Amino acid sequence: MSARAGDLGAAVAVRGLRKTYGKVEAVKGVDFEVAPGEVFGFLGPNGAGKTTTISMLCTLATPTGGTALVAGHDIVTERDAVRRNIGLVFQDPTLDGYLTAEQNLRFHAELYGVPKDLVGDRMRQVLDMVGLWDRRDGKVMTFSGGMKRRLEIARGLLHSPRVLFLDEPTVGLDPQTRSAIWGYIGKLRHSEDITIFMTTHYMDEAEYCDRIAIIDHGELVVIDSPEALKASVGKDRVQIQTGDDERAMVLLRERFGVEAAVREGQVTFAVPSGEEFVPKLFAGLGVPIRSVSVSRPSLDDVFMSYTGSTIRDAESSGTGNQWMRAMARGR
Amino acid sequence: MTTDVVRVSVPRAGGGHDLRAVKVVLHRELLRFANDRTRIVSSLVQPVLWLFVMGTGLGTLVRGSVPGVDFRTFMYPGMISMTVIMTAMFSAGSIVWDREFGFLREMLVAPVSRGAIVVGKCLGGAVVATLQGVIILALAGLVGVPYSPGLILTLLGEMFLAAFTITAFGVTLAARMRTMQSFFGVMQMAIMPMMFLSGAMFPLAGLPSWLHVLTTVNPLTYAVDPMRRAVFGHIDVPPQVDAMLNPGVSWFGHRLPVVLELGLVAAVGAVLLAVAVAQFRRTD
Repeated sequence: MSARAGDLGAAVAVRGLRKTYGKVEAVKGVDFEVAPGEVFGFLGPNGAGKTTTISMLCTLATPTGGTALVAGHDIVTERDAVRRNIGLVFQDPTLDGYLTAEQNLRFHAELYGVPKDLVGDRMRQVLDMVGLWDRRDGKVMTFSGGMKRRLEIARGLLHSPRVLFLDEPTVGLDPQTRSAIWGYIGKLRHSEDITIFMTTHYMDEAEYCDRIAIIDHGELVVIDSPEALKASVGKDRVQIQTGDDERAMVLLRERFGVEAAVREGQVTFAVPSGEEFVPKLFAGLGVPIRSVSVSRPSLDDVFMSYTGSTIRDAESSGTGNQWMRAMARGR
Repeated sequence: MTTDVVRVSVPRAGGGHDLRAVKVVLHRELLRFANDRTRIVSSLVQPVLWLFVMGTGLGTLVRGSVPGVDFRTFMYPGMISMTVIMTAMFSAGSIVWDREFGFLREMLVAPVSRGAIVVGKCLGGAVVATLQGVIILALAGLVGVPYSPGLILTLLGEMFLAAFTITAFGVTLAARMRTMQSFFGVMQMAIMPMMFLSGAMFPLAGLPSWLHVLTTVNPLTYAVDPMRRAVFGHIDVPPQVDAMLNPGVSWFGHRLPVVLELGLVAAVGAVLLAVAVAQFRRTD
């Protein structure tokens, strides 16, 4: 296998990327890099600029300003090179319902110039991965929404892209299919040498990413691993049930310098690193402890602390539209 | 994962790759056509009605003035054109359908030139329309047109050329359309007058001058006339009837040769194709 440009540096490198539609600044100059092999998530409410950014990186929209390299190729001047090296799964289906699953994949293979002698094996592999090999002769219009999305993922991988872009890959799917899709993404990072760039507005899904970037109103707010982001928000919440709550609170103050209160019938307090604190607590509190629970700040807390609103509030109008659109296309 | 991954590497863009893209877009049109029997049957209804109902009805009316020829024989090449035009426009309209249902995106993000996709689409429309025309060709015997190999080959070639140009026209229209409804609206508005003014339904001899001018500037006229000349060249018609039903197209008193007519159709097709490609090259 020949060396590829993407091996030399970042899989995606973005500098000052901007996009304006008329007077609306959809993306206001973002900078970031995605390392090869990373699962990178773009998190933000609908209308934050996620899809616009992904469209520019996929060469579907021309940036108003700034530059970006995808798999080592410039998204404006080397458009075809970028296209050869990326796979795309969009929010809305882009399959031909009148063709079978196999015919859809063959169409893609021809369009991407996949060597003829490899098409059969590669197709079997990607269809096996998403569990659709047995359904390859079925017309796509008879497939459920989840099957269509799985087929799109298989198709996006058919030409062995360096970077797979997934724009809201699990929107409108049932929880089972959502977790199946995350299963494929997990498998992918082991079986294929691939970088995954995805957008989502589901907090629980962002947890699967190596790093996430929070984007709001067209600007990058913060970029880090989910763990680091949560740590940056602050402290873990520890709740204990003891034999003597009053005495426990006094001792917590005296011996650990921690202010505690009774919440939900339990002694509750916050410490920077809950897991490390608990053993010390058992060793040094001197009051019997019946149960303990440590909860991390959630990504919801992270989003809240960086943008000042919860993601659900920020998009309360948006999800409805998306759902309607998914319904309209589901026929 | 221990399984070996079949890794494919996608070649750089080039002529061979673009050719594969043209072929697969064309192949998809054929698959779609073959799978859609309703469409095959329904697009036959209109020309058959025109030919056997209108043709027979009008035929009894004009029998006296065109002795020695069945009026349906006159209408036959017109109905071939009508079938081809309708089918070609429907094929072009599927671009709007593809846009509505997302598949167009799959084609437009591929590392192939937009030109390859548009050419594939136009060739697909042309092949499909020609195939549909073959069904009408099979009816030749019913309206007194002989099944001569020379005539059939000529008509096939002329059908293909007309179909390609019409598909290119349709794709140009479809490039900016967002919904099937608006496409069909515009298509009706464009196609009906072009059909009426093409000589497909009535002979173009002895028309009032304003109508004559309109028929002369209508590109479809140059697609229909060669087919009629081919048909009339293979049947026995009294000269004065031939002059009335098959007058050809004249510029400044000179009757245009078939080659020039076909050349015009091809030239219009090439220009429309270029316009269509240019429209699909534009991104936002």
